[in-house]
Amino acid sequence: MKAFWAFIKKEYYHIIRDPRSLLILIGMPIIQVILFGFAITNEIVDAKISILDKSKDQITQEISNKILSSKYFLLSEYLESAEQIEGSFRKGKIKLALVFEEKFAEKFNRKERPSIQIITDATDPNTAATLTNYINKILLDYQNEISISTIAPKGIEVITRMEYNPQLKGVYLFVPGTIVIILMLISAMMTSISIAREKEKGTMEVLLVSPLKPFMIIAGKVIPYIALSLINALTILLLGVFVFGLPIRGDYFLLLFEITLFIITSLSLGIFISTLVKTQQEALLISLMGLMLPTIILSGFIYPIESMPRILQYISHVIPAKWFLIMIRNIMIKGVEISYILKETLILLGMTLVLMILSIKKFKIRLE
Amino acid sequence: MSNIFVNIDNISKSYGDIQALKDISFSVDEGELFGLIGPDGAGKTTLIRILITMLLPTTGSATINGLDVVKDFKKLRHLIGYMPGTFSLYEDLTVEENLKFFATIFNAKIKDNYHLIKDIYQQIEPFKDRRAGNLSGGMKQKLALSCALIHKPDILFLDEPTTGIDAVSRVELWDMLKKLKEQNLTIIVSTPYMDEAELCDKVAFMQKGEVMEINTPQQIVEDYDIPIYAVKGDNFYNLLLSLRRMKITRTAFPFGESIHLTTYEELNENELNKIISEFSNQRTETKRIKANIEDCFMAKMLKNK
Repeated sequence: MKAFWAFIKKEYYHIIRDPRSLLILIGMPIIQVILFGFAITNEIVDAKISILDKSKDQITQEISNKILSSKYFLLSEYLESAEQIEGSFRKGKIKLALVFEEKFAEKFNRKERPSIQIITDATDPNTAATLTNYINKILLDYQNEISISTIAPKGIEVITRMEYNPQLKGVYLFVPGTIVIILMLISAMMTSISIAREKEKGTMEVLLVSPLKPFMIIAGKVIPYIALSLINALTILLLGVFVFGLPIRGDYFLLLFEITLFIITSLSLGIFISTLVKTQQEALLISLMGLMLPTIILSGFIYPIESMPRILQYISHVIPAKWFLIMIRNIMIKGVEISYILKETLILLGMTLVLMILSIKKFKIRLE
Repeated sequence: MSNIFVNIDNISKSYGDIQALKDISFSVDEGELFGLIGPDGAGKTTLIRILITMLLPTTGSATINGLDVVKDFKKLRHLIGYMPGTFSLYEDLTVEENLKFFATIFNAKIKDNYHLIKDIYQQIEPFKDRRAGNLSGGMKQKLALSCALIHKPDILFLDEPTTGIDAVSRVELWDMLKKLKEQNLTIIVSTPYMDEAELCDKVAFMQKGEVMEINTPQQIVEDYDIPIYAVKGDNFYNLLLSLRRMKITRTAFPFGESIHLTTYEELNENELNKIISEFSNQRTETKRIKANIEDCFMAKMLKNK
């Protein structure tokens, strides 16, 4: 047991005394959250638009004002003719152009359904779709307001409610995602590298000749990283809550439990990688290519899994981060209990078990 | 009366097609300072790694103090002290932290075994707060030796401890090994430097995975029966070329200030000097000498080629 403590202390010195890894371990989470929080967000604010109002009556004026007074849009200019629209887009000045047809109010009052044309710059399709949605929503609101004051028009009223995240905030998406990436990075990559370093420097040979049991060597190496990962996960959560206003609706202990579970899964991945490689470089490459990329792309953090080709959907099943993301989103945002995410918990547990058994089998008690 | 401590029985080791060790058998007595001498690639490191349970022999077996290096590896790992060929301590830990760490993982206390390492460790103690990575080569070696000894092993393995360190540190290291031997520690040390063979109790001369000869250094020198002379001349390089062209010459190697010449038959040193002087066209000086251990190894290496 004393030997075990000595080992942990040694590992702690390694981390503390290497400024580069310290920067990755401590600085990375904070930088990532802030980057994702402020820069990479799905919300679009202050998109510039042009309006071509061929009617210029009271109703088009009201609609324009409503649109421009929302935080999403800023007026670039009022256009005089349809020919100017193209130029406006070309200059890159605007993201969207609105065209009101002639005699708008007249038609509206006669219940002839006047039309508004929305032209968007679809070089970035996501932005274009989002902006169109915003406009539709505003138009719908306006229609509803009017119909209350006058006579209700016939037809079906569609009521959409964005459950759990009514403001469609990006923070709900990126905080769990950042936790996943950071935990993967620290737990899997850093442990695999630090074990590979012992092999590369020849210290593993000296450790193996000692009476230390292989299990102790590995456990001694990973425990400091468990602590670090937990600290980082908490930092990200706190930043999410206090800086970006993310709610945590579920049970804190359940959340902590699932985070710890995922840390252990990642650690076993890191240990497994380290049994396959001989040098730090190999460990880094495998971790980056084999872990980070699939985690970012296939976990559902950035791209929804449902819209992937079938084959990628199958591949996503073996990515631990996918299951963890489902759980953590459910706990934080929906506030579910463990029974709702039992399946995912068991899958992660199973993965951890398999990885650990594989690592133990592959761990060499000798040099060959 | 001495007891056999290490027994190596017909050990072979292959890596794919390459045979690193061919049928090696010998034994080492308790408390002996045993040298594995041989050029790079002779199989010294492979043999040591098999003995410290880090590699499995392809065929054959070995025991240390009656414990099998394959079956009883767990027990053996308590008894073994090992210093690898490359510096294998933690460079980002200080001298003292390294020593403490290695003591603890072997369940030993520094103060219990301090007497073992006192002579060595005292020399680096002034730098105990310095990171191991910032030590000089010789000091690193002393620290590594201290770490290998701190758990009071029964047997110490050193893989090329003198490669890459300065002449003074080399001498110091061998002095330390001699002192350790007095505490009845069995030591197996490998080295490519043939002159270090004289410092061992017994040496195994290895080449290309085979043991060419096992004996005490004294006996090896005594068994040497080829006529050997030290030749000096004004023009050293010219003399060497001339000697190598002469018919009576078996071998001629530069050795410090003189050339060690071996011949096919015993000759009077004055007559020989005359022949050499005439042949090389310069003033020379020839003396019949007693072979040193390097001459013996050179002869054996050539025989094996």
